[in-house]
Amino acid sequence: MNIITAKDLCLWYDTLQALKNIDVEIPEKTITALIGPSGCGKSTFLKTLNRMNDLIPGVKITGSVCYQGKEIYAPGVDVSELRRQIGMVFQKPNPFPMSVYDNVAYGPRTHGITSRVKLNEIVERSLRNAVIWDEVKDRLRKNALGLSGGQQQRLCIARALAVEPQVLLMDEPTSALDPISTSKIEELVTSLKEKYTIVIVTHNMQQAVRISDQTAFFLLGELIEYGNTEQMFSKPKEKRTEGYITGRFG
Amino acid sequence: MMRSRFDEQLALLNREIIEMGALCEEVISLASTALSEGDIELAAQVTPLDRIIDQKERDIETLCIRLLLQQQPVARDLRQISAALKMVTDMERIGDQADDIAEIIMSLNGRTAEEHSHINEMATATMKMVTDSVDAYVKRDISLAQAVIAYDDVVDECFVCVKKNLIKMIAANPDDGEYALALLMIAKYFERIGDHATNIAEWVVYSVTGIHKEIKI
Repeated sequence: MNIITAKDLCLWYDTLQALKNIDVEIPEKTITALIGPSGCGKSTFLKTLNRMNDLIPGVKITGSVCYQGKEIYAPGVDVSELRRQIGMVFQKPNPFPMSVYDNVAYGPRTHGITSRVKLNEIVERSLRNAVIWDEVKDRLRKNALGLSGGQQQRLCIARALAVEPQVLLMDEPTSALDPISTSKIEELVTSLKEKYTIVIVTHNMQQAVRISDQTAFFLLGELIEYGNTEQMFSKPKEKRTEGYITGRFG
Repeated sequence: MMRSRFDEQLALLNREIIEMGALCEEVISLASTALSEGDIELAAQVTPLDRIIDQKERDIETLCIRLLLQQQPVARDLRQISAALKMVTDMERIGDQADDIAEIIMSLNGRTAEEHSHINEMATATMKMVTDSVDAYVKRDISLAQAVIAYDDVVDECFVCVKKNLIKMIAANPDDGEYALALLMIAKYFERIGDHATNIAEWVVYSVTGIHKEIKI
């Protein structure tokens, strides 16, 4: 079943068209990798999926994005609820300057949960799901900025999981991390697929091959090729995909 | 064009495969001529060439593994390198089997293959298969590779004829049994060479299409 469907999606930053007639169907509980050279529109596309582009002045969007069969750009959509269900993890780990516990409890609190017992339960479950519990369980009250880069990124994933989303959007989540932390995040992302749908932007072709089920290749705002990852990386249909993934242009 | 160093290494890999293929053609040609003319000296030239083929296999394997490690190839690069890595194993076996044939020829004391034994025909057919499979690789020619794969049936039929003729030969002249068995072994080696050429052709098809024996890899 497809959890997200984009149809004929176009996006302009003022007069510059950043997305051109994108058609993508994202199956539930799979990992979709978005690849392409810098400026190709992959991060822009990612942000259209939970309306993060709404925050940028001068943005105009046409076409449609449906989440669980409902148009997310329809009038009256609760954007805050949409972003609860479709969470986001950014390139650079961005924990809030507060304790590990408060970082994870932040989302649930803003959604009205105040019970100490309930919050404890959510914090522990989220940290466990993000495979960082064992590393931070004795320092929950310490400032999150004291964690390593890899730990901070897993904390951000725990923070995203705390509000029980259905989809996680990840914008190059390992590009600022060392190989060990990268492989921990990759393992984590792969295990999260059991419960969540993941869409990940990556510049690391090997990462796309390792973790994703399907891959979308963007170039100059167009979706050039979208399909099964293994097939795309062994016999791409499009010459331009081949040129990019083999490192011969882009 | 980016990745010029990688492209140079791929071109080197290509040249190495072509050279190894040419050596395989040469050893089969030597063995086959030595057989039809009973030329022991010609047969003796096979072993040193087989050693060069063995060395080529090791060199190409090393190059392929280094490229996999350093370049982490995908798409056509991955197909080319993995196909090369598989093809050299078959090429090395072709060298070994030509060497085995040459060794038997040397033990025949100058006797040639019997006119009607079909072995010479088999030798010509397998030589064509090896030449064409290497050609198909060089030209990335799928239809030539598929022709090689189909041609294996011709070699197999030849082998059946050879067997029948040798049985008749043994029945007619039981004292010549050892000679007949030697010819049977030679025929079997040629038949195996045909199989290896088929394998090579199948990897050529994969390197162009991404499909190996009807399965997408």
